[in-house]
Amino acid sequence: MAKLPAYTSTGERIWHYTYLFICGLIFLFLVAPILLVIPLSFNAEPYFTFTQKMLSFDPAGYSLRWYDNILTFGMKNPDAERNVYWWIDVFFNAQWIHAAKNSIIIGFSATILATVLGTIAALGLSRPEMPFRRAIMALLISPMIVPLIITATGLFFFYSRTGLAHTYPGIIMAHATLGIPFVIITVTATLVGFDHSLTRAALNLGASQSTVFRRVTMPLILPGVISGALFAFVTSFDEVVVVLFVAAFDQQTIPRQMWNGIREQISPTILAVATILVCFSILLLTTVELLRRRSERLRGISPG
Amino acid sequence: MSETAAQVADTLAVKPIDQAVDQPITAADGTPLKVALARATRKAKWRAFVLVLPLLLFVLITFAIPIVEMLTRSFYNDAFSANMPNLVAYFEDNEIESVPDEAGFAALAADLKQARENKTIGVVATRVNYEVPGSRSQFTSAARKTKKLEPPFKEAIIALDEDWNDVRLWNVMQRASNPISASFYLAATDRRYDENGDKVWVDKKRRIYIKLFVNTLLLSLGIALICLVLAFPVAHLLATLPLRYSNLLMIFVLLPFWTSLLVRTTAWIALLQSQGVFNDMLVGTGIIGDESRMQLMYNMQGTVIAMTHILLPFMILPLYSVMKTIPPTYVRAARSLGATSWTAFWKVYFPQTVPGIGAGVLLVFILAVGYYITPALVGGSTGQLISNLIAFHMLKSLNWSMAAALGAILLFIILVLYWLYDKLIGIDNMKLG
Repeated sequence: MAKLPAYTSTGERIWHYTYLFICGLIFLFLVAPILLVIPLSFNAEPYFTFTQKMLSFDPAGYSLRWYDNILTFGMKNPDAERNVYWWIDVFFNAQWIHAAKNSIIIGFSATILATVLGTIAALGLSRPEMPFRRAIMALLISPMIVPLIITATGLFFFYSRTGLAHTYPGIIMAHATLGIPFVIITVTATLVGFDHSLTRAALNLGASQSTVFRRVTMPLILPGVISGALFAFVTSFDEVVVVLFVAAFDQQTIPRQMWNGIREQISPTILAVATILVCFSILLLTTVELLRRRSERLRGISPG
Repeated sequence: MSETAAQVADTLAVKPIDQAVDQPITAADGTPLKVALARATRKAKWRAFVLVLPLLLFVLITFAIPIVEMLTRSFYNDAFSANMPNLVAYFEDNEIESVPDEAGFAALAADLKQARENKTIGVVATRVNYEVPGSRSQFTSAARKTKKLEPPFKEAIIALDEDWNDVRLWNVMQRASNPISASFYLAATDRRYDENGDKVWVDKKRRIYIKLFVNTLLLSLGIALICLVLAFPVAHLLATLPLRYSNLLMIFVLLPFWTSLLVRTTAWIALLQSQGVFNDMLVGTGIIGDESRMQLMYNMQGTVIAMTHILLPFMILPLYSVMKTIPPTYVRAARSLGATSWTAFWKVYFPQTVPGIGAGVLLVFILAVGYYITPALVGGSTGQLISNLIAFHMLKSLNWSMAAALGAILLFIILVLYWLYDKLIGIDNMKLG
């Protein structure tokens, strides 16, 4: 692609560069909105656009006030002197911090639940002798396909009858269910290329079932398990519909708080939060990419 | 001698076969091999199943049961039947053809009094109000005054409110006295029961649901096709570039994929609102005047743009994974046989990408049909989808049975598409990242 063959005509050359240009525009469409959020969040004015000062790179046009606002919003005494007590106030009262704590608690618990159950099930599902494989797989993947609004409606009815509404376990279980399809898909994908003669060899050499799992199977499927867990975590971390339907204020998460922010008091604080989340997703993306390469190396597929 | 040798050979050859017929081959412990094999297979099946069992139970509790409960709600509502026992008994014995006589009104008076004491009158009134708009206050105020009522009840109740003398209300109450009813499905498809219990269309002005379902499907299809048009060149580029370039460019696709939905929606709001970056840019460069700023958010365009951006990676990834497997030699062979670049693309390359197109379009379509967050935030009033109406009935109008009926119809559409996806592509082949 880098060099066009000698037989290409002028028309084809023009088309080729037009094509590259179009691709460039589409890539721009994909990332520009996300990257644009970052400079906008440093705006000194309460606008969602670049001010004259920002465009002329005047330092006065930029500020960290919206990042500061993440901490102070909801505090009892935001204007007090910034000492230890101020930070304690932030930790216990600031709404975004409250939401972040909830997101982390719910996200981690849901991820652990989804990953443990999902990995064990994927081990069973990838065995050739598994009965009703296709039907069970279809059921387990369906939380990803069924619209969230339907799942949330069902959970609302079920939880309000069983008393799980407005509780942490209720939301953690719901989020784990939403993350499970991702764990199943990534772990079964790593198991597809899994060489079963390795486990048989280990058993033959006298290893117990649990040793085989710990020392042979697990290290090989670990990249799949971790990327499944990351997917599950992101699903929970990004989920708002279920939280909207079955959570109370106590279980408010970051996306829920953003939802409020966009609907009610829209301010560039949202952009500051968004910037932090974008950095977070870049971190996740890098991790997943590294894991994928490691997995390919382990399974002997050349990364090229 | 030679004959005996042949005989011996004969017996030797035949004997093992005879043995095989008489005595089945056995495993080491003496059980027939067939039985042992069947037992081993069964054991292996169980072992596989036991691994899946915990998750299966978990998903059953947190997913399957809630969905079933929602489906139940869509046709089962006992708000009236559980709280108005006298009327239920009366309706069992009498078919309502005109406004009932004293016996019916006496039952009504008794039930209203009881419902007020039990504080269930609100639930009852709400249930009837779904089908006779405006009747809520009629019930609550009658219940409030029911203590002072004296027989004959018919005159007394009608004196409270002339609307009690309406046969349509009594028809609705009779239907509501049966907890199982299709009236929510009828309402969800813009129909209702008339005075004779026949299904009729509601007034033209009030028909919103079917139109919204059709709109949702069309909009989703439109978004899926736009995604296809945008994804095709990008996926092709990624698939044909050398890996070290394509891996870098892949970041452009994966970054949005990993970024929070709300962050992306916020970004589009910042970009496209009338005082946003895009409009400022156009005004700043003098393309449009300050007064003619484009309204790109809070309408259908907003929904389409933001949803296309959010769903585009789901189209690029399956297309890319299919294009990756197409050998470049085919197109080159076609060219060397004299095909123009267009013919080579259209007749040789394109048909091989069809599985990827099918997978991508179907996936994006399925995801788009059930979208809620983005249309709710950037859709304004024209860019709403069916999910937004379900949320409206759940959170605002509190007509939960209606929300359940709409949800059930949406679920049916999704399941048909899911089944199609499984048939055509197979869920095992779904890949991520």
